[in-house]
Amino acid sequence: MESSQSAGNRTVQVRVMRQENPNSTPRWELFEVPYRPNMNVHMCLLEIQERPTTIEGSQTTPPCWEVNCLEEVCGSCTMVINGRVRQACSALVDTLSQPITIEPMSKFPVVRDLVVDRSRMFEELKKVKAWVPLDGTHALGNGPRYSQEEQSTAYVLSRCMTCGCCVEACPQYGPGSAFIGPAAINQVRRFNLHPTGALNKGERIETVMGPGGITDCGNAQVCASVCPKEIPLLESIAAVARDATVHSIRRWFGK
Amino acid sequence: MAQPRVIVVGGGLAGLMATIKLAEAGAQVDLLSIVPVKRSHSVCAQGGINGAVNTKGEGDSPELHFYDTVKGGDFLAHQPPVRDMTREAPNIIYMFDRMGVPFSRTPEGLIDFRRFGGTLHHRTAHAGATTGQQLLYALDEQVRRFEADGKVTKFEGWESFDPVLDATGRCVGVVAMDIRSMEIRAFLGDAVVFATGGLGAIFGFGTNSVVNTGSAIAGCYQAGAHYGNPEFIQIHPTAISGGDKLRLMSESVRGEGGRVWVPKNPKDNRSPASIPETERWYFLEEKYPLYGNLVPRDIASREIHHVVYNLGHRVEGEEAVYLDLTHRDPDYLTKKLGGVLEIYEKFKGQDPRRVPMKVAPAVHYSMGGLWVDYKQMTNIPGLFAAGECEFQYHGANRLGANALVACVYGGIVSGVTSFEWAANHAKKAPASTVADSALSRFRERTKAISARGGAENLYAIRRDLGALMVRNVTIVRENSELVKTQQKLVDLAARTRKAPLPDQGPWANQGLVHALEIENMIDLARAITAGALARDESRGAHYKPAFEKRDDAKWLCTTKAIFTPDGPKLDFTEKIDISLLPLAERRYDVVPAHAPKPSIGTASGSAGAAH
Repeated sequence: MESSQSAGNRTVQVRVMRQENPNSTPRWELFEVPYRPNMNVHMCLLEIQERPTTIEGSQTTPPCWEVNCLEEVCGSCTMVINGRVRQACSALVDTLSQPITIEPMSKFPVVRDLVVDRSRMFEELKKVKAWVPLDGTHALGNGPRYSQEEQSTAYVLSRCMTCGCCVEACPQYGPGSAFIGPAAINQVRRFNLHPTGALNKGERIETVMGPGGITDCGNAQVCASVCPKEIPLLESIAAVARDATVHSIRRWFGK
Repeated sequence: MAQPRVIVVGGGLAGLMATIKLAEAGAQVDLLSIVPVKRSHSVCAQGGINGAVNTKGEGDSPELHFYDTVKGGDFLAHQPPVRDMTREAPNIIYMFDRMGVPFSRTPEGLIDFRRFGGTLHHRTAHAGATTGQQLLYALDEQVRRFEADGKVTKFEGWESFDPVLDATGRCVGVVAMDIRSMEIRAFLGDAVVFATGGLGAIFGFGTNSVVNTGSAIAGCYQAGAHYGNPEFIQIHPTAISGGDKLRLMSESVRGEGGRVWVPKNPKDNRSPASIPETERWYFLEEKYPLYGNLVPRDIASREIHHVVYNLGHRVEGEEAVYLDLTHRDPDYLTKKLGGVLEIYEKFKGQDPRRVPMKVAPAVHYSMGGLWVDYKQMTNIPGLFAAGECEFQYHGANRLGANALVACVYGGIVSGVTSFEWAANHAKKAPASTVADSALSRFRERTKAISARGGAENLYAIRRDLGALMVRNVTIVRENSELVKTQQKLVDLAARTRKAPLPDQGPWANQGLVHALEIENMIDLARAITAGALARDESRGAHYKPAFEKRDDAKWLCTTKAIFTPDGPKLDFTEKIDISLLPLAERRYDVVPAHAPKPSIGTASGSAGAAH
């Protein structure tokens, strides 16, 4: 239960991309904030929020950003920091070159400043039917048994927090494209691996077989390298692509 | 019968569970959440969810879970709902298993269970060490299915402020604001379920997420909802230091063998590896030989506080203790605790598999919350509450891994009961004018805030509130300090009225949202402080050195805080229902004579059996 303390006169320079609303033109503002031990980019923004004065001394409004858990499990504070998409909470100042540049993600409409509208990603989860279709939540006994190894695989896949890092990095994904992106494709694999989820495997595979589906992946292979949860997205895309091929052959032969 | 419409406020575990039950029953649900529901604070729950499934053949049973929970809560919880929750807990775990939660498995492919605090049994199902995240995702997926079917409409990015009451005092909706467009509107229905989580932000930094301000339930409290047991705030014994958050190191670290220690010599500044075993003090194991490092959180936090602040022990000069896993196999640790260890590594830059972690207590959870009856309804008809924002299941101290089960169970109950209520009380569409006064009151409030001038800074007020509450209303409480705190809270409220908005913009104005929240947070802080001042005893998380003992003759009662503009009025007339388990001394060093015994044989074991 400690309060933060400042360390000497060290400061941190931060350049923040500002945009008042979805229709206004973005501009940069440069700030200087006191350095604190264990400082992350979120804390830099907090300093600016309390004293929103640029380095030139002009008053401005506090920047807007999304934040919640502060331990990289909710995905809220995703932004582009020094050119790389990541969470502001786990971006430690000590590891970043200055001035630190902070921009909103580029693949989604900007709401204000660093806040973007990622609702498209949740719509994509709807599209691929990323769920086990339960008969009901009343007591119907145990779930299926499965091995420790199967659990390990499923667990890694299911840690996706829909933060958007993978789609921000993906050259195929964006406002002009229908591609559903690696995160949603990974969910297809995750539910098709589950014993009950697999009962609807075909239906789920079909959701990624049309336009915007698995064949829109350009194999740039950058999605997995920016995933903060180290989800093997390339493996997931390959697995779903394989299943889609098998499914279409089966469908061809009417099986 | 018209299809009932129910408003659910909050999209964490409790709110999503209520939503699912309502949608299954046939209600039309409007689900409001400040954040996209998948980003709710439930994701931060790490260690697991309790349910007496007896996978390990220890003779565990829901009766023992019930006993441990009541004892862990120092007998302040009404017993019947706690019993019902612990009976349902195994079914809740099976339900999640059916939804596809990747629970850790035994070699036979069954759900694995681990130890947690305040029990001697392996009772905690877990998905690695990100159990809350995995459970939340499962419910999020199910709700998305109902959303795709048109049974649920989500309003993400809407913050709820005031309940809407009709002329008879019944709750028929909420006034909420879109925190992007700043649109203000009323959501009307036949019942409202609040599931807005905790209030840790009142204490500045702790283990809570940024949205956990308690603001939404403060709105209910201001509208006349009674607030139960406000003074019971859980301090988690093991969190890591930080300038923006004190990140939790789950109790499951101790459940998997983690040991708490300090150097025996308070002046010993050596690195932990160079301190020999004989010069380490495992103070929890020494004082509580039976439960060891797994004593309940209130006790562990007090002991750590005592060792660090009263006895002056330090770890490498820091006001903290070691939480040591270095004796365990690194691969096992990665499998069982990966999610937690990752957080330590990312934020502290050290590998806890090789170096003991440095941890200290931090504000974690509110046992108190909106007062509800056994059907999860507040004293305002039609206004229900579930999850951390209500007071019902944990008494004076919550056991680890009971939060997830209580959130889900409360969600189930409130989903069912609010549907019944809504079906029985559904009117033809409520008059559109019913919300007019609530809407205009709220609009006036936002206008007044926007018009403020002065030299105060909203964010500085918020920091001062946190520091004040942490200093005086956490582990050790003194009446003289609490009296001063009450006055300082009044002063803080006055300062908010001299704090101009840093931004007058009409779009995504986070400053305005913050100004509304901080006033609400101060009202709850006053209730917490008043409860702490009044309760002259020590029980669970509430500890006063001047009143060292639990005092059942005087204080076996719920604290009910009732809002008045001049401050909270307290009511102590509700006695605790102890009809199922007798009062007993709360000991963790030996097995008390009255404790129920584990059952023998296979008949009671429920592993593998559907209920």
